[in-house]
Amino acid sequence: MASEDHSHGGSVFANVTQATEDPILGVTVAYNKDPSPMKLNLGVGAYRTEEGNPLVLNVVRRAEQLLVNDPSRVKEYLPITGLADFNKLSAKLIFGSDSPAIQENRVATVQCLSGTGSLRVGGEFLARHYHERTIYIPQPTWGNHTKVFTLAGLSVKTYRYYDPATRGLNLEGLLADLSAAPSGAIVLLHACAHNPTGVDPTLEQWEQIRLLMRSKGLLPFFDSAYQGFASGNLDADAQSVRMFVADGSECLTAQSYAKNMGLYGERVGALSIVCGSADVAVRVESQLKLVIRPMYSNPPIHGASIVATILKDREMYHEWTIELKAMADRIINMREQLFDALRAKGTPGDWSHIIKQIGMFTFTGLTSEQVTFMTTEYHIYMTSDGRISMAGLSSQKVPHLADAIHAAVTQH
Amino acid sequence: MSSAMASVALLTPSATSLSLRENSKRIGFGKKHGHLLFKGKASGRVSMTVAVNTSRFEGVTMAPPDPILGVSEAFRSDTNELKLNLGVGAYRTEELQPYVLNVVKKAEKLMLERGENKEYLPIEGLAAFNKVTAELLLGADNPAIQQGRVSTVQGLSGTGSLRLAAAFIQRYFPDSKVLISSPTWGNHKNIFNDARVPWSEYRYFDPRTVGLDFEGMIADIKAAPDGSFVLLHGCAHNPTGIDPTPEQWEKIADVIQEKNHIPFFDVAYQGFASGSLDEDASSVRLFVKRGLELLVAQSYSKNLGLYAERIGAINVVCSSSDTAARVKSQLKRLARPMYSNPPVHGARVVANVVGDPNLFDEWKQEMELMAGRIKNVRQRLYENLSQKDKSGKDWSFVLKQIGMFSYTGLNKAQSDNMTDKWHIYMTKDGRISLAGLSLSKCEYLADAIIDSFHNVN
Repeated sequence: MASEDHSHGGSVFANVTQATEDPILGVTVAYNKDPSPMKLNLGVGAYRTEEGNPLVLNVVRRAEQLLVNDPSRVKEYLPITGLADFNKLSAKLIFGSDSPAIQENRVATVQCLSGTGSLRVGGEFLARHYHERTIYIPQPTWGNHTKVFTLAGLSVKTYRYYDPATRGLNLEGLLADLSAAPSGAIVLLHACAHNPTGVDPTLEQWEQIRLLMRSKGLLPFFDSAYQGFASGNLDADAQSVRMFVADGSECLTAQSYAKNMGLYGERVGALSIVCGSADVAVRVESQLKLVIRPMYSNPPIHGASIVATILKDREMYHEWTIELKAMADRIINMREQLFDALRAKGTPGDWSHIIKQIGMFTFTGLTSEQVTFMTTEYHIYMTSDGRISMAGLSSQKVPHLADAIHAAVTQH
Repeated sequence: MSSAMASVALLTPSATSLSLRENSKRIGFGKKHGHLLFKGKASGRVSMTVAVNTSRFEGVTMAPPDPILGVSEAFRSDTNELKLNLGVGAYRTEELQPYVLNVVKKAEKLMLERGENKEYLPIEGLAAFNKVTAELLLGADNPAIQQGRVSTVQGLSGTGSLRLAAAFIQRYFPDSKVLISSPTWGNHKNIFNDARVPWSEYRYFDPRTVGLDFEGMIADIKAAPDGSFVLLHGCAHNPTGIDPTPEQWEKIADVIQEKNHIPFFDVAYQGFASGSLDEDASSVRLFVKRGLELLVAQSYSKNLGLYAERIGAINVVCSSSDTAARVKSQLKRLARPMYSNPPVHGARVVANVVGDPNLFDEWKQEMELMAGRIKNVRQRLYENLSQKDKSGKDWSFVLKQIGMFSYTGLNKAQSDNMTDKWHIYMTKDGRISLAGLSLSKCEYLADAIIDSFHNVN
């Protein structure tokens, strides 16, 4: 009985221990505490401008102005499934507006709390309604995936993905591990810009994965957090998903607008389940509501309204694609600059993966000792797996980072 | 590996249409993995799809509509011009329009002018929001706050905050159960079920008196195992509108202390019950003053009209600041795999309104207007019922009940009659939302209630 415990003054919460900081978000916490003027935050994947500032897209500001200044807007509860327009437009964005799955009403889409919320709701749904309760996640993957799926009620296994020797894809290992998975198992796939490695399968490799999964009846669960951010082109970045849907397969897709629309803190995303028939999709949607209602009742309106405003307006959509490409291009430029800087310094090792990897992150290959060294001596903050967010880098900081990497690699 | 290659070889992109049966025979997967006709190149689109009995989710059944939120859906489908929505507890003006508070509009304009960024909030939410929220609930000068003993984490309105608390209870108090009032808000049970927290009910509503079954409540709380969590509605009990008196709250606190129970308040109507924010928090403050550790789930949906922004908080009042810090760290650990971090917009609105003395005062006035309108409507409804009903039934419970709702005492069949015959939408437990009632509709409602009560069994 807690009241008999005097070591904590008789608190009922005596056995509650201090949790460690989240490894990814904790990097920013540590960065904020650092007083050094040289410090650089390459931890969390949030875009920064060349000046090192957060960015709110112009088109987002415009959409927000329209919303806030519209006297007819109210704040009534959204339906449990969220804003209907937003859901339709999100499905079109990822699957393509001409997708037969959409035209045949086979897609159940629900607005969720960004990518995390979409993954969690999808995981809970599968844990309740799907006969296979194991999900295979790539090794490595985003740090939060395991916890999300475990708390959703699934058991988590891994498949080989990253090959440290080539700093590329271990396709053979991937195919072998998925082959060995039980028929019908769930497989988490990063739609593009794999986090943390930046290593994506080519289209040919995606095709091999697709065929294997189809033959084993494995259920794809796509995590799409970077559509438009990887290549700069929204359709190109959705190719993997569309390829799977094109053969009529069922799949789940978690979409996030955190990065590609810069709506991080608004928590905007969507879960889509592509079903075998329209009738199944209706029933699936009804069951998704039962997952959501006891979790948070219905989703937040603000961010979803911004997205819907932009996606449904031709001109605003176009402006968005331009701003999105500019962000993606700046990141590609940072990759080139860092690569050039390391090459100019003669830093030992092959650093070409910096320009081959895709999306916000570079999996540097640095060890955790080297990472600690870079933080302590150079005030550079990143996750201990050696992942750096290129989005947090600017031209003027490249030399500092190159120095730090050089020192870490030559001294450790 | 070789079997994978063999399967791949069989499904080469250039293959022309393979029927489902052919696929099954060659690769040997069963019907339930149901893959469909595959036609054409891999990178192209299929021009037709077949989906009979082939979905993995074929066995998924149709879920029933939500008993509360589903009422609004049904209302929207009704084309009758007399229809009235007394389902969900969302405030309406006398013209039966949704209401965005003036202070909220002002705050949003300020936020737009400032051009704030949209970076991720910390997992525990907006610090400024958490601070004003705890102060609103407990009073800024509350020793618990000054001693750093209150751990506040921004949550997704009331539901999300309750869910975080439930997840925390499940993890740290796996042998404990939650006692919930009979009746209570319909979603409470769902939240605890999904969080896998066992619950049982304590008597609350007495249909004979249409009031509080105080003795039953005390007896049931006493009978529960020591160290149970007791879910209490801070004010404006939902669905009954029946609140304990201050004296009764003291006795409830006595029993809870005796049994080492942990009070767990759901505060969704602070300001809406009496019109006074401080008065409506007095039950919570009473318990805190006794030095009890407790949980409080707070919502700004109703009192700031921020329904769709999903803004609330879970507060845990602990015996020490060290404990509060540890508890907060564990709440964060539960939030991260659920949604990572909470939405920023509603939090900023609250921080701007509650944190600014002028806007806060203005808010208090709007709050009084809203609560006042509901009191007026109660009065009118009571008068209509008393005048029109010749049976001598005592309708005074309408006046005694507090907050947005009235528990009419109508049973399911009678509630159905309200909807089917009178196009009045309400929840099947007999609860009506007075927030959705206008003075001009009171007479019609009175007629419907009298008819349903006397002519339907």
